[in-house]
Amino acid sequence: MSILGTRVVRTEDPRLLTVGGTYVDDLRLPELAGAARVAFVRSPVAHALITGIDVSAAREAPGVIAVLTAADLTDLGPPPPDDGSGGSEAAPLPLGGPWAEPLLAVDRVRYVGEAVAIVITDDRYQGEDTAELVSVDYEPLLAVVGADAALAGGMLLFPAAESNVAVTGGAPADGAAFGGCDVVVQRTIVNQRLAPVPLEGRAAAAQWADGRLTVWVSTQNAQISRFVLAGVLGLDPGAIRVVAPDVGGGFGAKVGIDRDALVVAWAAKHVGRAMSWTETRSENLVGMTHGRAQRQVVKIGGTRDGRILAYRLEIVQDAGAYPRMGGFLPFLTRLMAAGPYDIPHVEAASSVVVTNTTPIAAYRGAGRPEATAAIERAVDLFAAEIGMDPAEVRRINLVPPGKFPYSSPCGPVYDSGAYTEALDQVLAGAGYQELRAEQALRRERGDVLQLGIGLASYVEITAADAEGGETARLVVHGDGTATVYTGSSAHGQGHHTAWAMLVEAELGIEMANVTVIHGDTDLIPTGIGTYASRSLQLGGVAVHKAAVDVKEQARLIAADMLEASEADLELDTERGAWQVRGDPASSRTWAEVARHAGDDGLAAAVNYTEGQPTFPFGTHLALVEVDTETGKARLLRHVTVDDAGTVVSPVLAEGQRHGGIAQGVAQALLEEMVYDDAGNPLTSTLVDYAAITAAELPSFELLASETPAANPLGAKGIGEAGTIGAAPATQNAVIDAVSYLGVTHIDMPATPERIWAAISGARESQ
Amino acid sequence: MKVTVTVNGSQVAAEVADRTLLVHFLREQAGLTATNVGCDTSSCGACTVLLDGQSVKSCTVLAAQADGCAVQTVEGLASGPDEMHPVQRAFRAEHALQCGFCTPGMVMATVSLLAENASPTEEEVRSALEGNLCRCTGYHNIVRAVLAAASERRPS
Repeated sequence: MSILGTRVVRTEDPRLLTVGGTYVDDLRLPELAGAARVAFVRSPVAHALITGIDVSAAREAPGVIAVLTAADLTDLGPPPPDDGSGGSEAAPLPLGGPWAEPLLAVDRVRYVGEAVAIVITDDRYQGEDTAELVSVDYEPLLAVVGADAALAGGMLLFPAAESNVAVTGGAPADGAAFGGCDVVVQRTIVNQRLAPVPLEGRAAAAQWADGRLTVWVSTQNAQISRFVLAGVLGLDPGAIRVVAPDVGGGFGAKVGIDRDALVVAWAAKHVGRAMSWTETRSENLVGMTHGRAQRQVVKIGGTRDGRILAYRLEIVQDAGAYPRMGGFLPFLTRLMAAGPYDIPHVEAASSVVVTNTTPIAAYRGAGRPEATAAIERAVDLFAAEIGMDPAEVRRINLVPPGKFPYSSPCGPVYDSGAYTEALDQVLAGAGYQELRAEQALRRERGDVLQLGIGLASYVEITAADAEGGETARLVVHGDGTATVYTGSSAHGQGHHTAWAMLVEAELGIEMANVTVIHGDTDLIPTGIGTYASRSLQLGGVAVHKAAVDVKEQARLIAADMLEASEADLELDTERGAWQVRGDPASSRTWAEVARHAGDDGLAAAVNYTEGQPTFPFGTHLALVEVDTETGKARLLRHVTVDDAGTVVSPVLAEGQRHGGIAQGVAQALLEEMVYDDAGNPLTSTLVDYAAITAAELPSFELLASETPAANPLGAKGIGEAGTIGAAPATQNAVIDAVSYLGVTHIDMPATPERIWAAISGARESQ
Repeated sequence: MKVTVTVNGSQVAAEVADRTLLVHFLREQAGLTATNVGCDTSSCGACTVLLDGQSVKSCTVLAAQADGCAVQTVEGLASGPDEMHPVQRAFRAEHALQCGFCTPGMVMATVSLLAENASPTEEEVRSALEGNLCRCTGYHNIVRAVLAAASERRPS
């Protein structure tokens, strides 16, 4: 029986549980012995001109090796040529031209937390002290906070750009689209700004020696980091080694290499001394990119018997101070705007604006949770308007089973799905009718604690850049063990376990004898890494195909060794040995075959690409209890189907769903990065930013469903689905709990204050 | 100042700056890097260790305050490479960790919880771990692991 699909415990865990991982700050390497510490001087104001920087006092402080500002950045590589395109959403890259972002602020700061200078000291505590001694003269400018202020354009962040709107895209409104509708509902909703909060913040260490730069960085993508470093520093990629050691969570915010880590790498070369940087959490909450931050207008129309005929989504994406990946995210939102529904007319448009806040980039889901939140709210608004059960409206409008592959009016082709089955499975699993009956009873009794039942059906896109592919190299050694070199990059997902399972399944080499190596560009020069839920379906398939390749090579060698026809040979994967069919006595082990293969050993390298992304789907049901006197909402149950194709490791897949659900619930009920009108962050510590805890969550009820994808493993991505489904389901549940009072919408996060205000407002207007 | 702490049974003595935090003493002077720093407001619990048997957030304790005390970190839990502590075993069996960064603190918080309450309910586990953030697992499997460890430790 194949090990695939079985409940294998992780190979990573004994080390992590007994001696702990080796994150950047834990590195105790000879190359980093005596490494200096880097501390950043960051802007305390949201928008200002810099009229002077005085580092003299800082340079005199104890233990100071150097204090560096933008004026010292004289030895960078030449900037890439301006292609003249200005605003573009062609790729998830920072915009250039007038929107270009300096590594350290030059004459203007645009958000609280922007890096202005670095101090390099012998020890950690000295750095924090010395950063305080750098004196920067700021001439304050009016801060642009929020979409309206940005669109008004009274103050420009980039005067040369002549606008705060960096990118626009999508379709203009078609006035006729809603013509045939009995009912049309329109509403502005907010998908709030979130902080990713990986438990390990940003960190990097770097050493320049013998004309070669080595950078250890907490990243999801070592190879991309090397590419970016080479461009910024003007170095040949071959002169750079990037290592991703253990990484304490990423959630999209560690895609590539952060600008502050580029500064650390530059400084190590510039000063000629190894150095290391680990940010504090207070820095992390303003310095690491944030996610989401869309204001959306949804318009939905259809017939009174529940058929949705038209939907329009208008997005204003707050990109923060610099259009990094924020310029690209609304493209993904528009791509998935139609959701899992078969709606004749769907249109979406977006504008990306800059504001004096922390830049926006990917956060678990990256544009797709925003699409799902919009349409799932819209469907519930439509259901409420026509007085139909929201489950029934979904069933009527979901893409039916016979229509796959389904061409969405927004462009993508949904590969495979069973959307209505997922909905029905969740309704049955949760006991939907019983829950509605209990809800009715509580309403009738006028209970203080009211029940809310929220649904979200979703489809998402994973491995959106499938054509970019992923690499794997598999070597079987003369002792019968194997090593996998993967371009994919783990930061908690369990690749080391899953990739070893794939090798054992194909070759019969036990997992314990399979070593998985990732995140070192000297060993793995080409690869993409981890984002967009791409790992298993690209990196995993690459490992699988490398194993198949090795197996075919081994067949020839074993045939030679056993003097048999290769067609007569079989691999006994139970024993991990080759034999003539039906003759176990003729056995040749992997060790013997590998040794026979000669000096080059037995190896295969694969760069696996796919022509199309995959489209996982599912339904979430959240059951909340709302205290109608205090406004406090509590999640009681969360029941989900998250169908990501064939499951290789149920343990790992469930873990991804659990974590995703928690982050989605956190968005719905708790978390938000808040700024005041002057651009001061009000949630820049974990005391103020309400990261969700165990006490605020129930155990989750996961239902199984596997609709295979077309790739060799049948796998789709599972990393982000939980977040995509959970936020709107929970939000819809809160609103459902108080809908009988006349409440039709509450923005996320549905805090007690907001729920209480909505209840009070509804009661007053009755 | 000179600080002497018994860390996982071994005495560690070092001359350190007065303001040195216990977590940095453990990581730098004792050379034990499993205990992580996840925040600067005593909110996340990644740095949880046992100080004379009581769980503390070692980012909020000065090394000087631990002078003459005994500290246990996750490195001191297992009795051998193949002899993990029941809490460690349960975390592995239940897939209660992903990136591993919160894990040492979470495990030590669990050891402390079970010392105080050998048979916690799910609600008690969730409440007791409120001061330890995990961003990966949604806490689902952590809670299962704590309950499993508790039931393993209970005499049947």
